[in-house]
This record gives sequence, C-alpha cells and structure tokens, in this order.
Amino acid sequence: MASKLKQSNRAGWLMALPGAGLIGLFIIIPFVLAFAFSLTNQRLASPNPTEFIGLENYSELLGLAVFTLEPERDDAGNAVVEDGEIQYPRLRKFTRKNAEFPHLDGKREWFSWQSGENRTVVLASDVVFMKALMNTILFVIVVAPLQSAIALTLALLINQKLRGISLFRAIYFMPVVVSIVIVSILWKFIYSPGDGLLNNILSAFTFGAFEPHDWLGDTSTALGSIIAMSIWQGVGFHMVIWLSGLQTISPTLYEAAEIEGSKKWQTFRYVTWPGLRNTAVLILIVITMQAFALFAQIDVMTQGGPLDSTQVLVFQAVERGYGKQDISGGSTISVILFVIVLSISFVQRWLTRERK
Amino acid sequence: MRLLIHTTMLAAIGFASPALAETELSMWYHGAGSANAEEKLINQLVDEFNASQSDWKVVIETFPQLAYNDAVGAAALAGELPDILDVDGPVMPNWAWANYMQPLGIDEAKLEGYLPGPIGRWNGEVYSVGLWDAAVALTTRRSTLEKYDIRIPTLEEPWSLDEFNSALEKIKASGDFEFPLDLGMAWKGEWYPYAFSPLLQSFGGDIVDRSTYQSAEDVLNGDSALAFGEWWQGLFQNKLVPGTSQDGADRETGLLEGKYAMSWNGNWAALPVVEAFGDDALFLPAPDFGNGSTIGAASWQFGISGTSKHPEGARAFIEFALQDKWFAAFSDGTGLIPVTSTAAADTANYKPGGSLEVFYGLSENQALVRPVTPGYIVQAKVFEKALADIANGADVADTLDAAVDEINEDIENNKGYGH
Repeated sequence: MASKLKQSNRAGWLMALPGAGLIGLFIIIPFVLAFAFSLTNQRLASPNPTEFIGLENYSELLGLAVFTLEPERDDAGNAVVEDGEIQYPRLRKFTRKNAEFPHLDGKREWFSWQSGENRTVVLASDVVFMKALMNTILFVIVVAPLQSAIALTLALLINQKLRGISLFRAIYFMPVVVSIVIVSILWKFIYSPGDGLLNNILSAFTFGAFEPHDWLGDTSTALGSIIAMSIWQGVGFHMVIWLSGLQTISPTLYEAAEIEGSKKWQTFRYVTWPGLRNTAVLILIVITMQAFALFAQIDVMTQGGPLDSTQVLVFQAVERGYGKQDISGGSTISVILFVIVLSISFVQRWLTRERK
Repeated sequence: MRLLIHTTMLAAIGFASPALAETELSMWYHGAGSANAEEKLINQLVDEFNASQSDWKVVIETFPQLAYNDAVGAAALAGELPDILDVDGPVMPNWAWANYMQPLGIDEAKLEGYLPGPIGRWNGEVYSVGLWDAAVALTTRRSTLEKYDIRIPTLEEPWSLDEFNSALEKIKASGDFEFPLDLGMAWKGEWYPYAFSPLLQSFGGDIVDRSTYQSAEDVLNGDSALAFGEWWQGLFQNKLVPGTSQDGADRETGLLEGKYAMSWNGNWAALPVVEAFGDDALFLPAPDFGNGSTIGAASWQFGISGTSKHPEGARAFIEFALQDKWFAAFSDGTGLIPVTSTAAADTANYKPGGSLEVFYGLSENQALVRPVTPGYIVQAKVFEKALADIANGADVADTLDAAVDEINEDIENNKGYGH
C-alpha cells in the first residue's frame, strides 16, 4: 500500500530533480569523467583509440628522484674550482640517454642544495607541474589569511552609522562586480614596465629616486604582484560576508559590554569575534577554495611566466587539456587539485570544529 | 500535442522543399569583427557564389578568431561540423589527421603559379588552399641605417650574423633608441613559432626533424640550435630587444614613435609604416645566420570538413573563390599578400612599384611553412615556452633538452601522428 510518506517522498524527489539533475550533469558527471580520463591516454582530437594506461599520468606528474652530483675533479682528485665556485658535470649527462641511470631518464632539476663538496639535486619528472603546485600553495597560504583579515578590517570600518558610509561600501565592493578579465587587463597596465601607473606613482612619491621596475617580468615580483591584485579584487566580496556576520550580532551584547566598561579591543575579542565564528569558518573555506582555482589573472597577465614563477595548477590543467590537446593530462591535474582541496577543507573543518 | 507535431512536420517539409533544387552548405569563418574589410569581402564572396549558380547555397557563420578553433573542436566532438571550414595553415594537418577535414579533391593544375605557402598539403594530398599569404620583414627606415653607416641588405645578399649583430650594437651604442630591435615579444601564442622558428632554421636547427617528424632530438637541441639559443639569450641580456613583458601598445607603435630602430613585423602592419615614413620605409629580408635567409608562410585557408555530405558543393565554392579577382580584392581590403603574381599586378600595394611589393618577393623566395605535422599544435606551444624561458635567462641547453623531451613524448603518446 502506498503510504502518504512514500508519495510525498516522490514529490520531494521531483522537486529536488532540477537542482540535483543540474548538479549531477555539470559537476558530478564531469568529475567522474575527469577521474576516468586520468587513467587513460584520452586526447582532445585524435583518430587513435583511447587506451587504459593505469596510473601512468600520475607517475609522470609526481615522479621524483634525488641525485648527488660529485664535483669535477682534476688529475690530483681535487674539486675543480672556477671563479670561487665548485664546478660540477652537467646534469644532462646523467638524465639523457644514460643507461647507467635509468631512473633519472627525462627528469629535470627542481631544486638543489650544497652539502660539503657535493651538490644534492632533487629531480622531478614534471618540473613545471611541481612549480605550479608550489606556487598555488604559496598563493593560498598568503591570500587566505591576508584577504580575510583585510576584509574583516574593512567590514569593521564600514559597519558604522556615518553619513555617506554606503558610498564606501560601494567603492570597496566595486572590484568584485567588474569581470576578473577586465581587472587583469587594467592591472597589467598598472604594472607595465617603464612608464606604468605603479612605477609613475612610486617615482612621484620618492621624487624620482625609485627606479622603474618590471613587476610582471621579474621572477621575484611576478607572483607577488598577482597576489596583491587578486586580494584587491576579491576583498570586497568577503567584506560583505563579514558585514552580514557583524550585523547578526545582537546590539544588546554590545550594550552590555559597554555597561561592564569593556574596552574596544575587549569588545572585539569577547563579543564580536565569538559572534563571527561561523562566518569565519565559511570565509576561510571559501577563500581557500577560490585561491586554489586561480586562473584568469595568470592567463591574462603572465601565462605562467617568467620562468614558471607564476605557473599554477588550474592554468596548467587548461594549458595541457586544451592548448596541448592532452585531455588525460589536464584531467589528472584536476583530480590532484580536487584531492588537495578536499583534504584541506576537511582539515579546516576539523580545526574549526565546535569544541564541546 | 498531435496537432503541434503535424504543424512542425509541415513546417519542416515547407522549409525543405526549395532545398530540392538548391542544397544548403554551411560554412564557418574565423573573421568575425575583423577591423578591416575582411568580413565584408567574405560575405560578398558567398553572395556572388550563391548568385552564380543554382545547385548550392552557402550559408556563412562567422566566429571571433580567438574562439574559432575551440568551436571547431567542440563541433567535431558533437559531430556537427559545417561543410566548409577555414583553417590556419599550420593547424590543418592536425585537423586532417583527426578527420575533421577531407582532401579537397581539387585539380592541382589549377594551383599552378601559386605562392607555396597558401597550398596546404598533408600526406601527399591537398587539404586546403588560401586566398592570401602573409610575410614578415625587418621593418626600419633608410635614414636610420644611413645615419649609422649600415649596409642596406637585399634579397640576394641579406645581412650575415656578424653584420646583423654589429648593426644592433652600433644602434644601441648611439643611445638614440630605447631598443635597437623590437621582436614583438608582447604577441604571445602563434607569433613565436611563426616569426622566430625561421631564425632557428637559418641557424641550421628546426622545431622537429622534418625528414621523419618522429623526433626533435639533435634538431631542437643540436649544436646549431644551441648556437641559436645562446644568440637569442644574448639579445635580451644585452638589452638589444624588449623582453617578454613588453607592453602591447609599444609593440604597435614603438617603431613609429622612434622607441625602436627596427621591428620584426608582418606585412599586415606595414601600411601604417609606409604612411608614416613614405619612401623612407624599408622592409628588409631576415638575416642569413648561416643556413639561408627564411621566413614563415601559410595563413588562413579554406577546406572541406570530414563529415560534409556534399563535398562536391564545397569544392565548387572553393574553386569559385580561387580567382585572381578575389585574391586582389582580399589583398586590397586587408593588406595581405595575393597568392599569384597576376593577381598581385591588380592590387594597390603589391603591383610592380607598389609600396608592399617587396613582401611578395619575400614570400616567393624565402617562405618555409611551419612543420607539416598534426603534432605542430603541441610543438608550437613547447617552442613558444622554450623561447620565452631562454629570453628570461633560463639555461639554454637544459631548456632545449626539456623541449625536445616534451615534443618526443607527445609524438610517442600519439603513436607517431600518422606519418
């Protein structure tokens, strides 16, 4: 007998269908496909049949090796030193067509350090991917705390009853509404080498003492420049979320704090901050996930350069999947990114859990 | 409901009936929103073809160039390619290999007297033909070279490596310019392999070994490629050319504004130079770095999609387009190089004595198409990154090795790309 519960159940599923169907079609199925493709040699366009190749895509991305380079020695067995630097044989002698070191074949130097006379080199199968991974993590580590802190400060500043405060709200929120592609193009002009806006401003403030800098063309400032503009662009959105959190805190709590003679800092520490707990968890997770998805700025401003200093994971996934027609390689990067973001979200959930 | 189906069916029959006499052919074109007369001319070409006969009716759809290749890829996956495609010359082998395209089946005698670049061959068959070609030249001013007492090179006797280097050094030493030469590093993407791989070829290297197309070993990282790499890096280290972060606006106007003494640029950018400098404008051939002076070739071309049900109609359209009249019209409207000398004689810029005549000679004598292989799409990307990295100071040998490894691995993963 069809009970009322079962009938309502069917109606419930029906109502959930549009949403669930879309999520399934555009999020779950693509992810399952990406995982499946990552185990094959699927190409974007190819007459060759797709083949199952197991975890080869993963080992090609993640393969690492450590190798110790011994210095070049003269006849007496001493290390050759030129211009105060110990000379080493070229790595390509060992990594290319050398039957004695099959495990180094095709690998490239990622980074190295000196230990005594020897140089220890860490080699990676895919140095570009490794750099992209490190840059992405660095980006997240800098952006997540900094952007949420600045957004909170802005939210506290505009959460006041002053004349014209909505003007400030609009100004801070403006970059969010502008397309990130437009923002990136504008900031490319700002960072332009030579006579860009930033160089002009800095040189005006220092009365000409500042030497124009090639912000995006220098490996030491490229990623930092992108971090700065990304924070500027994204901060307004999180400010609004903080603001909504601030406005849910009951004014009576503030009144009580005032009566108790609480100082400004104490009010923030014991009234505002505990009241923002859930907002903080939300913002941290959202910013982390958005930061991992960094793409448009890189695509428009640097294309991963100079010298891979701004390579990031999503850019690499797109570059490989579409640019180089290697759908399986791009899918593999996406799966790795998914695993990283998922585990970080779990860790964040656990760290910010309600302690009873 | 039933009524609705009937009406739809009636409507379908109603729309289909004129097609019994006239079969519709779909055509995709990359030039939507083009700044010059290109889009107008292509529509005119289609209209005149449709009026000229009653068997076929071409319906054109234009795309912005940046979205075009993606659209074709997506349509191929969905099995919805149009009958007539236009395709960028170096990309054609990839599309032919992936069965996006079929051989043109055109009588090759009709292509006699054409420049080499606009004819797209893959696996011994013609797949695409273009109505125009493009060429690159060292653009500068006669007065500049005379001021620094530099020989004006000719097609027969281009600059040698030493001559070119000393010319750059001389201009640099004068301090009159921000940079002696502008290579156009601001133009990312296809510009790098199109404009710079001929320089590598002139040194004796190449992107991939063209005898087999199975490996880049010793070609992209052999001795001559290493020599090219060191020279290339030197240009940037010695501040002879602006680097990869060059401002796009400087690329467009730097030569005209006197920031740069010379610019490595295409014929499509030549008319403003002629307008600004008049007879003083010079378009010089690429230097000969030891293995001949050479430039890239092949621009956009027409072909028939692999799934077209009416290849004979598509062929009729393409043959209709291959007339001197259209070569000349497109050249006048866009500044591009007409593909036959007879058409060139009818154009404003490429006729004997015309201001861009020299480009026709460059295309005719020096043009070498980019590697004719389906793997070119990947190889172009790898080459672009290697050149950008070397310009930014990466180790030359290691960078070229890595490029070779990536190219070879890709060829292997694609089972030799059908060569």
